[in-house]
Amino acid sequence: MKRKALVALAGQPNCGKSTVFNMLTGARQHVANYPGVTVEKKSGFFAVDETKIELVDLPGTYSLSSYSLEERVARDFLIHDHPVLAVNVIEAPNLRRSLSLTFQILELELPTLVVLNMMDMAEKRDMVIDTAALSKKLGAPVVTSTACKSQGREEVAQTIKRMSASDAVVSFRIDYGPLEYAIAKIEERLPRETFFFLPRRWLAIKLLEEDAGAIHIVRENAPDADQIFEMVRELSAGFRKENGEIPESYMACCRHVLAGEIVAACVVSPKDSRYVLSDRIDAVVCNKFMGPLILVAVIFLLYYLSIDVGYRLTGPLVNQLLAFKATLSSLLPAPGVIEDPLFRSLGIWFMESMVALLTYIPIFLILFALIAVLEDSGYMPRMAFILDKLFRNFGLHGQSTLPLILAGVYMGGCCVPGVMATKGIPDERARLATILIVPMMNCLAKVPLYVVLVAAFFPQDRTLAMFFISTVTLFMALPVAKVLTLTVLRKHDQAPFIMEMPAYHFPTLKVVAGRSIERTWIFVKKIVSIVAAVSVVIFALLQFPGLGEERLASFEDRWTKATEEFRTKIGKDNAYQGLLAGENLDRYVLFVDAYRQATMGLSDQSAADAVAVEFAAREPAFAPLLKPAAGDKDAAAIRTAMRALDNTRKTIRREIKNEQLNASFLGALGEMLVPVTRYAGFDTKVNISLLAAFAAKESTVSTLGALYTVSDGEKDASLDKRLQTEMVGYTPLHALALMLFMALYPPCLATSIMVQIQTKSTKWMLFSIGYLMFLGITVSSAVFTGASLLGLSGMQAMWTFYGFAVLVTIVLGLYNPQPKPVTILKEKPA
Amino acid sequence: MTLGELGPGCRCRVRRLRARGVLCRRLMDLGFYPGVGVKVLRNAPLRDPVELEIDGYFLSIRRSEAHEVEVESHEA
Repeated sequence: MKRKALVALAGQPNCGKSTVFNMLTGARQHVANYPGVTVEKKSGFFAVDETKIELVDLPGTYSLSSYSLEERVARDFLIHDHPVLAVNVIEAPNLRRSLSLTFQILELELPTLVVLNMMDMAEKRDMVIDTAALSKKLGAPVVTSTACKSQGREEVAQTIKRMSASDAVVSFRIDYGPLEYAIAKIEERLPRETFFFLPRRWLAIKLLEEDAGAIHIVRENAPDADQIFEMVRELSAGFRKENGEIPESYMACCRHVLAGEIVAACVVSPKDSRYVLSDRIDAVVCNKFMGPLILVAVIFLLYYLSIDVGYRLTGPLVNQLLAFKATLSSLLPAPGVIEDPLFRSLGIWFMESMVALLTYIPIFLILFALIAVLEDSGYMPRMAFILDKLFRNFGLHGQSTLPLILAGVYMGGCCVPGVMATKGIPDERARLATILIVPMMNCLAKVPLYVVLVAAFFPQDRTLAMFFISTVTLFMALPVAKVLTLTVLRKHDQAPFIMEMPAYHFPTLKVVAGRSIERTWIFVKKIVSIVAAVSVVIFALLQFPGLGEERLASFEDRWTKATEEFRTKIGKDNAYQGLLAGENLDRYVLFVDAYRQATMGLSDQSAADAVAVEFAAREPAFAPLLKPAAGDKDAAAIRTAMRALDNTRKTIRREIKNEQLNASFLGALGEMLVPVTRYAGFDTKVNISLLAAFAAKESTVSTLGALYTVSDGEKDASLDKRLQTEMVGYTPLHALALMLFMALYPPCLATSIMVQIQTKSTKWMLFSIGYLMFLGITVSSAVFTGASLLGLSGMQAMWTFYGFAVLVTIVLGLYNPQPKPVTILKEKPA
Repeated sequence: MTLGELGPGCRCRVRRLRARGVLCRRLMDLGFYPGVGVKVLRNAPLRDPVELEIDGYFLSIRRSEAHEVEVESHEA
């Protein structure tokens, strides 16, 4: 018979709990050497013989009070979900501190299995732990493991199975000495039938600690809650009078002393040599001068390796994807002469959107691997340590560093993991501020637009222009964060900054590769689902309602006239006249078009010849026209006339596309917005591209690409060249306004969803979209209109704005209306 | 004197916590109890936060929070 058991996995931050989870369930889960990475509960399944076990990974917490979200999540699960047992993972080298959580789980009278993890570390440090004695002291089984090497799996799994089948009663109890009287009094006062679902002794202890969660439980369940509270207050006041200490700190002290006694009895340990080494490394890494330099070097290296090297690696991948796309497009319905079948346009549109996104894979693999190295090595908390003071001046937090880097603080990143990473920030106000400014970072999807615009409009000053847009975003984000914390976020809670600095650790290949692949996979899944769906929607919005019959008929007419002209040009006596009669001409036009596309980009003569042979075989009748033999005057005449016909075809196709676009839903919206956006210099086409960007910012370039394509065949000029020639009347100033708007663009669809998840509020999601839209249009309008009035060039306007942004950042950084940023409750005199 | 007043290299012993509520809890979670020895390792490049050694491991804490820990200095 199969039994199913619910088991909770609890532990302090950074104890290797996630590694134990992975060891048991085999699932790859986010594991990091950074306190506070796991915040959501995650469950995984595994089986020991016939017993099926559901393991729930709780957030890492130091204790089970009501002070933080993580602790509440963990505690509520332990109380309300009734797991049959709790697996308490302990970082063996840090036993003493870890025991405070163990005590609190045991006080919940939950059967507990203590897993001493990271035993290899403990052994390396010559620590000897007497597990039998420890088990006796705790009244709970103790097993050892080294989860990162999968050692101890069997023993842990078997003990879980054994414990889940037995009805062991927890015998552990802390003696609180002079407080025991008060605890017993309160416990008696709590009716057994009302509080059957949790240990009354625990509730009594928590009431004495003035724990908000316990008070809530009593208020919800007991009709005479106020009298109970009154009694607790009296007992607490009495204790304070006699002992000069409040019950909460007294009890914490009792636990601390007990942990010390247990460790003294069960552990023999010399000084930790890891920290001796860590101290030496920190002396350099956190040094006043070297620290910031190393930090900048690390971030530079991070972006250099992922963006620069990654981009080079995308080359072969792009070719693969394009070849694949060509194969797929041959399966689509054949193109029409002047108008393609709808299904073909949709298919090509869809594939282009996908290819544009999938080319990011190498970049993401490298970026995520490097972030994993930083996390696993223990450098992340040092980054927070170095930058906390700076960030705090803008209402942020040292731990805002990781989200900002992930989102692309310099260039290249993704806001989705960026917003996700804000989970670890304990300070609610700083966390919200970080979430709100993360979309202002230069995520990878914004980069193609920058690259295209810079190449097209700042060809002389590429490096400077790229440097401008890469760094100006931070000087916009920091002041915005400050303004937000002083206004809308003013009333949100702040939390103390107390962060563990784990010992440095050499990252393992397995962890780094695993995490990089996992996160990249998440990104790919995001594309396939959300972006794919949205690209289809946008296609529809761009395509419909479409052109009227009348317009189409007039284009048909023009085409017919052009073909008649073609026939006149080649003359009645042309030897191939018969071959191209009637419908055959259309077929020939498509044949030539397909041939041109197939040979495009082939620099190799032999490859081009092979294509020619293949095409000749496909349509033997047209073969003599492909490469007219010397002296074949008729074929040469056809080639000349064909060129003119082809140009007419392109013009017609382009006009159709333009008209279709202007008549489309998105076109109508883009046009409606022109009265607002014209101050920023955006015309209908730019508006349409920007509207498409909400789905995913990558869409801007592909939409611009589609809008500025002459016809399917004309792909020989790169987009920046095309923009240069096609965007008539566009100046570098226009490009600057557009880049700034993109920098401040509202979060894309996927990020918005993540904002909603992380803030647990649709209001904040809408706010983040709305305020950035407002900010973006304001800034780009101010820059465009202002610079136009002052007669500044694109470059002048760029650096004027840069200087302004830096100035505002400095002024706001120095402005600090509350000299004491953290409000701390002082102990009242007893 | 408070922990926040000490410079790098100082060793001290915790006397009592002035803080209450969240901060008190967090400090205790991380091992700040009366009698515990603390060593100030270094300041961050901008002088704040401070890196400490307590109970065999390292942690960082903002100076404003370090001021909430009353200590007795052992050596300068």
